[in-house]
Amino acid sequence: MKPINEMKLTFLSRSANESFARAAVAAFAAQLDPAVDELADLRTAISEAVTNAIVHAYPHELGNIFLTVQLYENGCITVRVRDRGQGIEDVSKAMEPLYTTGGEDRSGLGFSVMQSFMDKVRVRSIPGKGTTVTMEKYISLRVKGRS
Amino acid sequence: MQVEFNADTDQLTASLLGELDHHGAGEIRERIDSVILQQHCRHLVLDLSRLGFMDSSGIGLIMGRYRLMLSLGGQLTVTGMTPRMEKMLRMAGLEKLPIWEKQEKENAHETNQ
Repeated sequence: MKPINEMKLTFLSRSANESFARAAVAAFAAQLDPAVDELADLRTAISEAVTNAIVHAYPHELGNIFLTVQLYENGCITVRVRDRGQGIEDVSKAMEPLYTTGGEDRSGLGFSVMQSFMDKVRVRSIPGKGTTVTMEKYISLRVKGRS
Repeated sequence: MQVEFNADTDQLTASLLGELDHHGAGEIRERIDSVILQQHCRHLVLDLSRLGFMDSSGIGLIMGRYRLMLSLGGQLTVTGMTPRMEKMLRMAGLEKLPIWEKQEKENAHETNQ
């Protein structure tokens, strides 16, 4: 199935871009007329994925984060967050709830939150090359013409 | 991201405003901790009712303040959580900690949208 719309953004791994990424995806996803809760789920998951890239992919330098969002006619929205950072040695370990390499005030919940708030989460990573997180969420389609 | 403090004789309330993410969490943590230590606070109340957004960075902030208050022989209470925030706290296994303040239905926040 081909998307009905698509957007791509590239931005630096500065933490100020966490809120930018959330706002950008939410503004684009508005075309599917998501409910307030669906939008909040989406914003939270984006924030987790982008924060992971900022904190873990590029721990010692700035790098690019590539964000792709696609909207589908059936209400599906796919979000891809890709980096060319250091990668994850053991993806399944990294996805375990509460596992973190991020220090004391990181909760280790990033992937759990993504999985909980999105319908599908896939993570591919090559150590030394980078990580791609692909997430899907179905927005419940509302009756057209309803105000 | 802002934090407002309201000190009482026996408790310190820190109300968080805006969007709490990794970007803002570090500075907020430092501000809260410095007030806790300055005022020899024994009971910290984190009021989340005026937050427009929180991701798992907020859970990290709560866990860290819980540990700090415990180490000081004090306690932490978290108020004003949305169902989404509560869900994340449960994921962290924090539902068993004595930090919850259950919302009364009649004074539910009008800011909870």
